[in-house]
Amino acid sequence: MLVDSSEFLEEIAATLVGLHLVAAAMNGIAAWRGLRAGGGARLRAGAWLAFAALFTLFAIWAGQHTPPGLPDTIKTAIDAALGPVTLFFGSLAALTVLYLGREFFVRPWVGWCLGNAAMLFFNLSLADPHFAQTVLKPDNVPIVAMIFLLGYFLWLGTAQAVENDRRLRQGQGPREKDFAEKTLVWPDLVYIELICMVALSAVLIVWALVVRAPLEQPANPSLTPNPSKAPWYFVGLQEMLVFFDPAMAGVVLPTLIILGLALIPFLDFKTEGSGYYSIAGRRFGYLVFMFGFLQLWILLILVGTFFRGPNWSFFGLYEPRDPHRMPLFQNVNLAELFWTSLLGRAVPRPMADGGLARFTAILWREIAGIAVLLVYFLGIPLVLGRTLMRRYLANMGKARFTAMVLLLMMMLALPIKMILRWTCHLSYVVNMPEYSIYF
Amino acid sequence: MSFGDKVRQSQLWKSIFRHPAPVDRRNRVLVILSNLILHLHPVAIQKHAVRLHYTWCMGGISAFLFLVETITGVLLMFYYRPTVQWAYNDMLALRDVVSLGVLREIHRWGAHAMVITVWLHMLRVFLTGSYKPPREFNWVIGVVLLVLTLLLSFTGYLLPWDQLSIWAVTVGSNMAKAAPMLGHEGPGQQLLTIDGVDLITSGSDVRYALLGARSVGEEALNRFYVLHCIALPLLATFLMAVHFWRVRKDGGISGPL
Repeated sequence: MLVDSSEFLEEIAATLVGLHLVAAAMNGIAAWRGLRAGGGARLRAGAWLAFAALFTLFAIWAGQHTPPGLPDTIKTAIDAALGPVTLFFGSLAALTVLYLGREFFVRPWVGWCLGNAAMLFFNLSLADPHFAQTVLKPDNVPIVAMIFLLGYFLWLGTAQAVENDRRLRQGQGPREKDFAEKTLVWPDLVYIELICMVALSAVLIVWALVVRAPLEQPANPSLTPNPSKAPWYFVGLQEMLVFFDPAMAGVVLPTLIILGLALIPFLDFKTEGSGYYSIAGRRFGYLVFMFGFLQLWILLILVGTFFRGPNWSFFGLYEPRDPHRMPLFQNVNLAELFWTSLLGRAVPRPMADGGLARFTAILWREIAGIAVLLVYFLGIPLVLGRTLMRRYLANMGKARFTAMVLLLMMMLALPIKMILRWTCHLSYVVNMPEYSIYF
Repeated sequence: MSFGDKVRQSQLWKSIFRHPAPVDRRNRVLVILSNLILHLHPVAIQKHAVRLHYTWCMGGISAFLFLVETITGVLLMFYYRPTVQWAYNDMLALRDVVSLGVLREIHRWGAHAMVITVWLHMLRVFLTGSYKPPREFNWVIGVVLLVLTLLLSFTGYLLPWDQLSIWAVTVGSNMAKAAPMLGHEGPGQQLLTIDGVDLITSGSDVRYALLGARSVGEEALNRFYVLHCIALPLLATFLMAVHFWRVRKDGGISGPL
């Protein structure tokens, strides 16, 4: 598929024409709505019409097997800039900008500009065979859909939160209160449900007709594919394996994610702010949840699916998946950093056997890591409860506060470990292979 | 009298629907109260609760997708045999031989879509603060349903028995090896010994319980099949019933106080 580019362009043509036409149609609808609204929207409608024309033109080109794509210089630049570090901090910076500038970004025309930019980037990138190969894998199609859906719904939710926050500042109730009047479920709700079911069935049937379910070679336990990937919704956990051992990434952290989610209503237990979109009154909880969901869950899934190739090496969006690329293994444990780099001594080696004495010797070897963990999980929470988060401790009580701070520290352990890996090549803070304990 | 009226006047129609067509207020109330499926709804709700802007409809869509998965899943079970000998061949037959050969596609894409809609539903409930009292417990049920959705999807992933499925499940189940105390490569496993004999070995740990063997094979296929088609759907159905019940009992769909 990748060798012959004319063959690739022929294969991708129908997909590209479809996507460009969808983008054109969406801009057409936006323009039509703008024209009907009048005022400033009428001016912007002109821009949407231009976009519609542009996408139509692209669709025609794609139909003639000469789809417009990103120039090679830009693709190379993007790939050179991309890496686990830039992705993590780039996404963090982008989310921060979106959050701080939310009053601006929730304006419909700004949101629509972002949407157009995303569609333009995606459609142009799809003319690249390597990008297309990764993104159009049948099981990856839902992830692409998820990115767009998530973008839209985040915009929709934030727009309502911004409006409600403004109304609350002005002493009005949230907008949801304007609709407090009751209405009968038949017909007002059952018909929405019916239309929704019909529309969704149609989407599913079309999706099923267009994209075939993947079926690879028959299962062969003696032939390990490289890379072997977990199903996409668990790829985030697999990506965590880069930073944690399987016990943490595969068992402890998932358990804590589930536990932490279930505990949310018992940690954020005030009744105010229930039942309407809002950010202002609940910044802390909002930011923690969004950071966990978008940055530590969704982003890791995207990295694991779209950027990890053979040997779990990192690949750019437009790069061929070279099976010989190996990740660099130059990681060191904290014990080595502490004893060798800091103190200039050899790492103590515990005797092969000898019960308690051996145990003590292992603890001694890992003394720096144990101290770090004690400070991290005990010291910092204690200090926080007395200083920065004193108000939380007073409001929540000891049990809730302890649970919240420990969950927070656990959650932050992941980005902290990422940063330590990228800066000091740190592998494990505490490394006791004797007891299968790695942290 | 029009034909439609005649049908609605007939004994047969009246025996099924116990009241006239829902065209006036009284009968629009009755239709909800007297119909098993519709009675999941309240008779009347606040207008904001039917605004798609507010609900995103994601909870309803997730429930509908569960229904789609159940129907297509039952149809697939007519064709599929969960054995190493037949599983893959039945996939080929489903693709190439069976009429309306998109059953597996609808089932698979519906499953992926359900994972996404469940996440979006969770996001909406979080953004609107709808987990707050008195709805705390229903949020917890929701978290369990989220986990069940992922497990349903994961157990189904093995069934095609191709390279994609066994290696994805191998990657996933290998994590269980490292479970603290319960996995034979996990921390604390050494503590569970009697007179120097390990209790937790590769033949007795939690991964073995999941797979029924030391690696993904015939036994795992059977276990995942039973989990996927019987155990997990039953559990999910039960919890969905609790979830919907609690939505009503906790004061209906959330809204500003």
